[in-house]
Amino acid sequence: MSYTPETLQLLAPDGTRVVSDATEAYLPYVDALTEQQLREFYRTMRVIRRFDIEAGNLQRQGQLALWIPSLGQEAAQVGSGFAARAHDHIFPAYREHAVGHIRGLDVVQIIKMLRGLTHGGWNPAETGNFHLYTLVIGSQSLHATGYAMGVRFDGLVGTGDPEKDTAVLVYFGDGATSQGDVNEAFVFAQSYQTPQVFFLQNNHWAISVPVRVQSRTPLFHRPRGFGIPSQQIDGNDVLMSYAATAASLDAARAGEGPQFIEALTYRMGAHTTSDDPTKYRDDDELHYWQERDPIARFEAYLRGLGESEAFFTEVAEEAEQFAAEARARTLALEPPSAESMFAHVYSEPHPVMDAQRQALADFEASFEGGA
Amino acid sequence: MAKALTMGLAAAMTADEKVVLMGEDIGPLGGVFRVTEGLQKQFGVHRVLDTPLAESGIVGTAIGLAMRGYRPVVEIQFDGFIFPAFDQITTQLAKLTARHEGAMQLPVVIRVPYGGHIGAVEHHQESPEAYFAHTAGLRLVSPATPHDAYWMIQQAITSTDPVMFFEPKSRYWPKGDVDLAASGAALHESRIVRAGTDVTVVGHGAMVSMLLDAAELAAAEGTSIEVVDLRSLSPIDYAPLLDSVHRTGRLVVAQEAPGSVSIGSEIAATVTEKAFYSLEAPVLRVSGYDTPFPPAKLEGVYLPDVDRILHAVDRALAY
Repeated sequence: MSYTPETLQLLAPDGTRVVSDATEAYLPYVDALTEQQLREFYRTMRVIRRFDIEAGNLQRQGQLALWIPSLGQEAAQVGSGFAARAHDHIFPAYREHAVGHIRGLDVVQIIKMLRGLTHGGWNPAETGNFHLYTLVIGSQSLHATGYAMGVRFDGLVGTGDPEKDTAVLVYFGDGATSQGDVNEAFVFAQSYQTPQVFFLQNNHWAISVPVRVQSRTPLFHRPRGFGIPSQQIDGNDVLMSYAATAASLDAARAGEGPQFIEALTYRMGAHTTSDDPTKYRDDDELHYWQERDPIARFEAYLRGLGESEAFFTEVAEEAEQFAAEARARTLALEPPSAESMFAHVYSEPHPVMDAQRQALADFEASFEGGA
Repeated sequence: MAKALTMGLAAAMTADEKVVLMGEDIGPLGGVFRVTEGLQKQFGVHRVLDTPLAESGIVGTAIGLAMRGYRPVVEIQFDGFIFPAFDQITTQLAKLTARHEGAMQLPVVIRVPYGGHIGAVEHHQESPEAYFAHTAGLRLVSPATPHDAYWMIQQAITSTDPVMFFEPKSRYWPKGDVDLAASGAALHESRIVRAGTDVTVVGHGAMVSMLLDAAELAAAEGTSIEVVDLRSLSPIDYAPLLDSVHRTGRLVVAQEAPGSVSIGSEIAATVTEKAFYSLEAPVLRVSGYDTPFPPAKLEGVYLPDVDRILHAVDRALAY
C-alpha cells in the first residue's frame, strides 16, 4: 500500500526536499519553476480541494445525482496538468477535476454532468484540449492512442519545434489497468510509436476492490512488458508529478514513443458518493495516507522557502469564494429543453429524430390549455 | 462487388487524404476478402494500416483518429468478430457526438463482411445488424449490388456520422455493372428494384438477389411480386415500402438474421402501424431461426431460400 524503493520523490511527507541520484535528471524541470508557478501549484490544489468538498456537500443535499471526489489526488493531477503544453491533448477518466480546471474547463461543466443536465457537454477546442470525461473504465486510453497516432501521421512529432511537437496525456486508474482496452492501447501505442504519456493514478482502490486484486506485480512494471518505458513516482509530491510528466511529455514529443507514469496516490474519500469506504478499508490505511497529504506537504515546503502567511490566507479565501460561486451557479442551473434530446444524436439530418422530436412536441402541446 | 468496393475506397482516398483504412491483414494481403487489395501499395502504410489483432483497439483508436480530423474506415474481418469491439462502437462511437453536444463529429466507417452462403466455420457467418440498429447514433447500410457498393462506400465515408457498412460476403464474387457516371441514390434511400402488383417483398444485402429470383419464379406461375431493396437499415426509408404495400396489400420481409427482435420485426411493426388499412394479410417474416448460426452443412436449412420466400408469399396470398 505504500512506496517502493523505486518510487521517485522530490519532497518528503514533511515538505523537505529529497535528494537522490534517481531524480537528478528531473531537477532542471523543478529548478526552472518560478515562484509564481509554485504558488499556482498550491493555489490550484487548495481551490480544487475546496470545490471538491463543496460538490460532495451539494450531492448530500440532493443537488447532484452523484459526486466523484478527487480529494487526496491533487498533487498527481496538478503536477501533471501543469506539465502539459497548451497544444497538447488531454484525455481524462472522470476524476481529473484539477487537470480540467488547469486547462480552462469551467468546473460547473462537471457539475452539470453530475446534476443530470449533460452527458459531457464541453468542447475540447474551448477547454484547452481537455477532452470529455469517460465513465466506461479505460475506453479513453484507446481514444488517446488513436489521437496520438493522428498527431504522428500529421508529422507533429520530433520536429524540434516546440510550437509544433505535440503529445497526448491520458489518465486512468489502477482498476483500469485490468481492462482490455488499456492493454490494447499499450499495444497500439507501441506499434505506432505514439507521442503519448499514460498517466496512471494508482489511488489503491477500484471502488471497493484493492489494487492487489488488480495486479500481483507493481503496476509500473507492466508496461515494460509492452516495451514502454515506465516509472513510479510519489503521486502526492506535486514537484515529482510535474517533473516526471514534463520529462515524459518531452520524450514523447521528441519521437521516443509512448511513456508511462504510475503515480502512487490515495483517494481519501469514497470512490463516488454512492459507496462507503468504511465498509471496505481500515482507518490505519487512511491515516497512513493522511500523513502524506499532498497539500500539507507542499504548504510545508513553501513555508520552508519563506512564503508569507498572507499568501496562504489569500488562497484560503479564494478557495472559499470559488466554492461559494460554484454552489450558487449550480443552484441556478436550468434543465435542458426536452427537444435537446434529439439535437445531436446525429450530425446530419435524421428522419427518426425529426419524427420523434415532433411527436414529443405535439404530445406536450396537447396539454396546453387542457385540464 | 469486392472489386467495386476496392474502386470506391480508392476513389474516396483519392478525394480526401484524411481517409485512412484500418484493419487486420488489409495491407499486403488486401484483406481476407481482398477488398483492400493494392491499396496499401497505392496509398502507403500510413493510409492503409495493418493493425494489431484487437478489434476494440482498432475501433477505439479509429475514434481517436476521427477526433484528430481523420476519416478512418475500419475493416472487421468477419461478422462474428465484431463483438470485442461492441463496447467501443455502441458506448463510445455512437454517443460521442451527442455527448459533445455536436461540437465533435465522428466520421468513422466500420465495414463488416456479414451473412451466410459461403460454408464457413463458426463466427464467420453471422448477421449482427440488429444489435447496432438498436443503438442511436449509428447509421447502418448494406449494398446488394456492385453499383451500390461502389457509391455507398464513398457516401458512407463522406458522411459526418458513424456508418456501419454491412457487406454481404456471398455477393463479393458475383459480377455486376457499375455506372461510374451516374451518381448513386442517396445513402438512406430504399428502392423498388422490381415492380409487381400482388405481394411486396423486402430485404437487404444478399437477400435481394434471392428475392429477385423468387419473383422471377413466381412470375412464371402468374404471381406478380414487387421487390424492395432496403439499402439502409438505420434509418429505414419507409416511403417506397409503404407506397408498395398500399398498392399490393401484402408484405413479406426476408432476412438472414434470426427473426426475433430484428430488422424484420421492426419493419413488420412499423408497416402495420402505418399501413394497417391497406393490409390484406399480416406482415410475414422469413428469417434465420432463433438459434446460433448453425454448422455450415446446415446453413441451407437455416437461411431463407427461394422456397421459403415463395411459401410465405403463398401464405400472404391465402388470406
